[in-house]
Amino acid sequence: MIELENRFDTATEFQAMAERVLEAAKAKGATAAELDIDKGTGLSVEVRMGQVDKLQYHRDQGINITVYFGHRKGFASTGDFSRQAVEDTLDAACRIARYTSEDEFNGLADPEQMATVFPKLDLYHPWELDAEMAVEMALQAESVAREHDQRITNSEGASVDSYAGLSLYANSHEFMGIRHSTRHSLSCAVVAQDGDSMQRDYWYSVSRVPGYLDSADTVGAEAAQRALRRLHARSLSTREAPVLFSPQMARGLMGSLVGAISGGSQYRKASFLLNSLGQQVFPEFVHLYEDPFIRQGLGSRSYDGEGVATRQRDIVKDGVIQDYFLGSYSARKLGMKSTGSASGASNLLLADTGVSFVDLLQQMGTGLLVTELIGHGINSITGDYSRGAVGYWVEDGMIVHPVEEVTIAGNLKDMFRGIVGIGDDVDERGSIRTGSVLIDKMTIAGQ
Amino acid sequence: MKQAIELARETFLTSTGLSDQHLEQVFSHLLRQDTTLADLYFQSARYESWGLEEGIIKSGSYSIEQGVGVRAVCGEQTGFAYSGEISLPALLESARAASAISRAGQSGSVNAWKVNAPSRALYGMDDPLASLSESDKIAFLQQIDSIARATSPYVQQVMANMVAVHEIILIVDESGRMTADVRPLVRTNVSVIVERNGQTESATAGGGGRFNLDFFTNGNKAQEYAEEAVRKALINLDAEAAPAGSMTVVLGNGWPGVLLHEAIGHGLEGDFNRKGTSAFAGRIGEQVAAKGITVVDDGTLSQRRGSLSVDDEGTETQCTTLIEDGILKGYLFDRQNAALMNTRSTGNGRRQSYAHLPMPRMTNTYMQAGNYAAEEIIASVDKGIYAVNFSGGQVDITSGKFVFSASEAYVIENGKLGKPLKNATLIGNGPDVLTRVSMVGNDLQLDTGIGVCGKDGQSVPVGVGQPTLRVDGLTVGGTATA
Ligand SMILES: [Zn+2]
Repeated sequence: MIELENRFDTATEFQAMAERVLEAAKAKGATAAELDIDKGTGLSVEVRMGQVDKLQYHRDQGINITVYFGHRKGFASTGDFSRQAVEDTLDAACRIARYTSEDEFNGLADPEQMATVFPKLDLYHPWELDAEMAVEMALQAESVAREHDQRITNSEGASVDSYAGLSLYANSHEFMGIRHSTRHSLSCAVVAQDGDSMQRDYWYSVSRVPGYLDSADTVGAEAAQRALRRLHARSLSTREAPVLFSPQMARGLMGSLVGAISGGSQYRKASFLLNSLGQQVFPEFVHLYEDPFIRQGLGSRSYDGEGVATRQRDIVKDGVIQDYFLGSYSARKLGMKSTGSASGASNLLLADTGVSFVDLLQQMGTGLLVTELIGHGINSITGDYSRGAVGYWVEDGMIVHPVEEVTIAGNLKDMFRGIVGIGDDVDERGSIRTGSVLIDKMTIAGQ
Repeated sequence: MKQAIELARETFLTSTGLSDQHLEQVFSHLLRQDTTLADLYFQSARYESWGLEEGIIKSGSYSIEQGVGVRAVCGEQTGFAYSGEISLPALLESARAASAISRAGQSGSVNAWKVNAPSRALYGMDDPLASLSESDKIAFLQQIDSIARATSPYVQQVMANMVAVHEIILIVDESGRMTADVRPLVRTNVSVIVERNGQTESATAGGGGRFNLDFFTNGNKAQEYAEEAVRKALINLDAEAAPAGSMTVVLGNGWPGVLLHEAIGHGLEGDFNRKGTSAFAGRIGEQVAAKGITVVDDGTLSQRRGSLSVDDEGTETQCTTLIEDGILKGYLFDRQNAALMNTRSTGNGRRQSYAHLPMPRMTNTYMQAGNYAAEEIIASVDKGIYAVNFSGGQVDITSGKFVFSASEAYVIENGKLGKPLKNATLIGNGPDVLTRVSMVGNDLQLDTGIGVCGKDGQSVPVGVGQPTLRVDGLTVGGTATA
């Protein structure tokens, strides 16, 4: 069983530790302080070519302390929980604060924004798993993938991971929150070969609840099919065409939106969506909702990294930006209130436009379906976008051949405005949940 | 002055009450009849960083990461456990967990410890965190801010940070070999945002290596980095849409060597080749680059960011020839993959920390110089682009396709440099891109010491370098199709 031993005792210990640190910080003259304490345990098993490849036991812990002397701030961290080490870490944070500058926007989040209700998020589901069971499951996924087709000639392996963690956040507003959570996953990556074409692809399943993971058979078969479909991929000639982002790739588009309307990039004026609150950034049918309270959700949380209560809210409604992602510092810089986003976005849901993936292929007619993107070619200040892409060339709504060694380029502002359809093929494996997204036109560069 | 081994023994053994007999006890739990290698990796790393933004020191942080990783390898199979606590009970628990990889009976022990001292020191043992006073660190960052702002009235934001790391490691392996290393690492990054007539652009500059922080203050690096970042950002304000399609690309010297790292380096790491999943697998002896091209991975360069006196398995680093005169010569190995392929480690077994397993990783990867002057190479191109700065890249090991993103590039027309171009991703095929290199410059340069390489979720510092290169036919991912 992958579970924190005596997790309630540990939580009690952490509470005592947090109180000790907060009191000691006060005694050292700090006007405010906050800290995180984390502990986790996990098992990860990798198999390859029918035998165990790696067996890893994880055991992590850390404490992060931030102190404020008026508007000066210091930070220090350690993985050593001995009394002496924690005391030294607090001293280090205080020392750092002697040299940082006075910054009127620094400080804890506003006390009236601290979370006071804690909806049951149901994030802790330890797995009755031992190394042998994990190995068996991974072996099953890999063997299904390898036996799927003769052209599956090699494997990068399959893995099963299980992690259980406890994390405490406390600050000198007397806020203290404790979260117990688990995360389990199963993944498989295989290599397909035919003639001189060799392609790798993978598939995975992830959940906070072990019973909700896809079966080893499903994950293995999907990994094999994805690698096979890529065989004999070729480049395209340079052209302009519509691009359909698979749900996994569309998640990245929403990630770019989050970055652009986050407090840090807004107050630094480093965003292609500067001052976009109330602006029409997407077509009218686009609706993006943040829901931090999804039970068992991968991004669920009732308070953020500053203790601020999270809430359900519209981010984009009728294509118009409704709200930013702000922590307390950037909120003060912008003359606004924290949105409970000090730890980033929680769960984001992009509403579909009532069409299936097949409908979108047909709507696209002729264009590129993108299933993988490589490289970091996104300029978050100008929105210029240029990345390596892998996928399929589509004609008359039908997949014609796999594609590789091309780039897709455009500007995120045009891409957002150019969304013409959002599929109902939602991928729920991450905190950003979206279906496929069809964009009317991008530049494809190839040979 | 103390030797690395004395400092390491004091840090990990004396101060925690661990004796050589305790280590023997740990190994007797760890070793089985079929164990092919096993090691304990003790690490203590202290990090300090200072960040300036809007003209003030907005952030400062200090952290200590300390622990021990315990590994047992039986052929292809690895068992691993780690603990942030360095004590006998924690070590024994980790040893029991890691040894579960084997079903064979317990066997063997280690009882003759021998110190493995690297034959040469590539960097000093001093603590870089203490190499400059706090007020000097802060004054340096403020100097960057004022120089950047004085360089151009269009500068809106200046962000600068200075990071220093001091790391002590001790590796104890199944043969009784004890290897210590003390590693300094410093880095300064500058990032500026410029605005002109409502148009905004940004750029970064920086450098670092395995030395003390006075490298920055004595070398007047505040001016160098600040001016470089502002220069690049201003150029981007004038940039036009990059072209789309396959064309001749001239790559500048130095940091554009990220091409070699992505296109060649990762594909030559021993784990992918042992498993046969790399596009380069089984191709030793084949021509993978134009004649005259030689590429090496060199961990032995003094004070470079990617250099190590010994790797994270205690193997002395070396200069490994990957491609010689266009022919593929060798792969990069750690101990496990080398043993499985009947060869020796090339000193490329690296890990992010005690909580991560080592694997084959690059150190400083670069191409040897050729004969052409950079001007000659540019003058030879009728129509193409000249890319001099990049913001990183990525590769698909199996298909061999790689990308890297140009952050400073210019049009070349009739042998002359023209307008600057917007950021664009370049894409190519690793196993054949170097066969398209038609001219190699005489201006080999290494990067300034800012590289970070990610693999399997682990980050390690690396270096890259190359002379100016002409590549005939690389796909440029711009938006201008005309
Ligand atoms: Zn890399």
